[in-house]
Amino acid sequence: MLSQESLAQIDRELAKYPADQRRSAIMGALRIAQTEKRYLTNELIEFVAGYVRIPPVAAYEVATFYNMYDRKPVGKYKLTVCTNLPCALSGGYSTAEYLKQKLGIGFGETTADGKYTLAEGECMGACGYAPVMLVNNHSMCSHMTPEAIEKKLAELE
Amino acid sequence: MTVYAKGVVFEGVDFDNPNHWRLEEYVKRGGYAALKKILNEKITQDEVIAEMKTSSLRGRGGAGFPTGLKWSFMPRNFPGQKYLVCNTDEGEPGTFKDLDIIVSNPHALIEGMIIGGYAMGITVGYNYIHGEVFEAYQRFEEALEEARAAGFLGDNILGTDFCFQLHAHHGYGAYICGEETALLESLEGKKGQPRFKPPFPASYGLYGKPTTINNTETFASVPYIIREGGQKFLELGKPNNGGTKLFSVSGHVNRPGNYEIPLGTPFADLLEMCGGMRGGKKLKAVIPGGSSAPVLPADIMMQCTMDYDSIAKAGSMLGSGAVIVMDETVCMVSALERLSYFYHEESCGQCTPCREGTGWLYRIVHRIAHGEGRPEDLDLLASIGDNIAGRTICALGDAAVFPVRGMLKHFRSEFEYMIEHGQSQFAALS
Ligand SMILES: Cc1cc2nc3c(=O)[nH]c(=O)nc-3n(C[C@H](O)[C@H](O)[C@H](O)COP(=O)(O)O)c2cc1C
Ligand code: SF4
Ligand code: FES
Repeated sequence: MLSQESLAQIDRELAKYPADQRRSAIMGALRIAQTEKRYLTNELIEFVAGYVRIPPVAAYEVATFYNMYDRKPVGKYKLTVCTNLPCALSGGYSTAEYLKQKLGIGFGETTADGKYTLAEGECMGACGYAPVMLVNNHSMCSHMTPEAIEKKLAELE
Repeated sequence: MTVYAKGVVFEGVDFDNPNHWRLEEYVKRGGYAALKKILNEKITQDEVIAEMKTSSLRGRGGAGFPTGLKWSFMPRNFPGQKYLVCNTDEGEPGTFKDLDIIVSNPHALIEGMIIGGYAMGITVGYNYIHGEVFEAYQRFEEALEEARAAGFLGDNILGTDFCFQLHAHHGYGAYICGEETALLESLEGKKGQPRFKPPFPASYGLYGKPTTINNTETFASVPYIIREGGQKFLELGKPNNGGTKLFSVSGHVNRPGNYEIPLGTPFADLLEMCGGMRGGKKLKAVIPGGSSAPVLPADIMMQCTMDYDSIAKAGSMLGSGAVIVMDETVCMVSALERLSYFYHEESCGQCTPCREGTGWLYRIVHRIAHGEGRPEDLDLLASIGDNIAGRTICALGDAAVFPVRGMLKHFRSEFEYMIEHGQSQFAALS
């Protein structure tokens, strides 16, 4: 269900923890699985649980608790915009509004062509770079003014 | 973003050099000298902890607990495995200093943790890194590889029989995991729900073993203290507030960024370093220690110095050192609404007062902000707050209440105006 490359990465996560504490690697393992498959289906969560050798419910508990796991289909690019107060003081809401207009979708929605999903985020610990946006959970973009958004979207074509 | 580096963590870091974070550059600016000194001169564990106590370094994660004292609580002769954990789960709105540490000076943190491991007789450590900063997590993993390859980390460090393994653990989006026992649950691969204390982590921590947890900046300050002496560190700040501290300044200033300055620096000086208020506007209020800290109005803030004692005396807290600056245009109702939404979203749901109470707080502030406030709402907010604070498993409950109390104390009239007129004198957040 996952590529050799992903499984090797999960093995590296497992090696960080004591042999009798394999459960500790589940967060990393689910992240790796999601990065390959874009979102986590129940089958994928069960597969990862099996690989880590923990009960599926323990993996499911983690996949549902943490905000960055996607359990529903998301677009090719998931854009998460921070609107917490420090970002909001520097244009966070304008950034979000600009993207909503531009893509024609609201928070939690995906464009009809399946390309973009827009999400509202909480503080990403990067408020000095406000407004801040995260692409596919892993790539941080700073100072997201309308011009910077246009540039970024062009790169994501 | 500006990094103003005049303190123990960033001094000497040449940010223009793309390799500034690498081991080679770190060693050039005196890095790993503290570790070598300990191992070469066979400095004892007690001596390291005594030096930490002399420095009066207080935890940089929010609570300001004295680090030397915390280290002395660790059972020294415990027969089984013990753990050292670093908290880089920086999610307190306004805080972005630990990000810069793991990106720009990761080896200071690594060296600090190795020294901590030595002092407390711990051989395994983890650094728990905030979910949203994946690229920084990768950078930190690379720095760990460098330290292992150079013999600073792993088995038989620098040819001695001291061993210390260190790994990075990546979070995935849960503010509550910044709370130390939630962080431990998360490290164990579970939901990040805080544990009831006591027992404290020093007796029952990771995998049920004795564990010490410190913040990133706390550990990153350790090499300086060992290299230069605790006394020198103390003298950089003021009594009971030793050293320099990173302040993450965000909001309406000309140059947001991280400013590493001596504890005890007047707020007015910090504001000036940040280039003053954006657009020449007037300062209205400051949240001086991360979103959980009660807001302070401009006149009080301008009298404060940036240290634990001064900010506490003014009725707020230094917390994580996140300074959120707001100018005269900000609607305080709308600012509080956003913060209350955050705490409601991030409550882990274990305790009824927090799970339900944060929702009530948010819904009431929301209706005031949308012109539907009722005359009794402000008393209701106060009473809900009283029923949350101090009645929950962890301090997130308190953290949700403090901003409400601060706003009602200093900006009550703005809330009253809005309830009466159905609209604010100020513009909502944009
Ligand atoms: C809700 C909540 C969130 C917290 N978030 C953080 C955090 O992001 N980083 C941090 O270092 N400490 C955080 N803390 C404080 C930790 O529980 C703990 O006190 C700290 O990591 C200890 O390290 P120190 O003594 O070096 O400050 C948080 C506490 C609470 C109650
Ligand atoms: S106070 Fe809130 S966040 Fe903390 S344990 Fe209780 S419900 Fe969870
Ligand atoms: S408030 Fe947006 S990154 Fe902190």
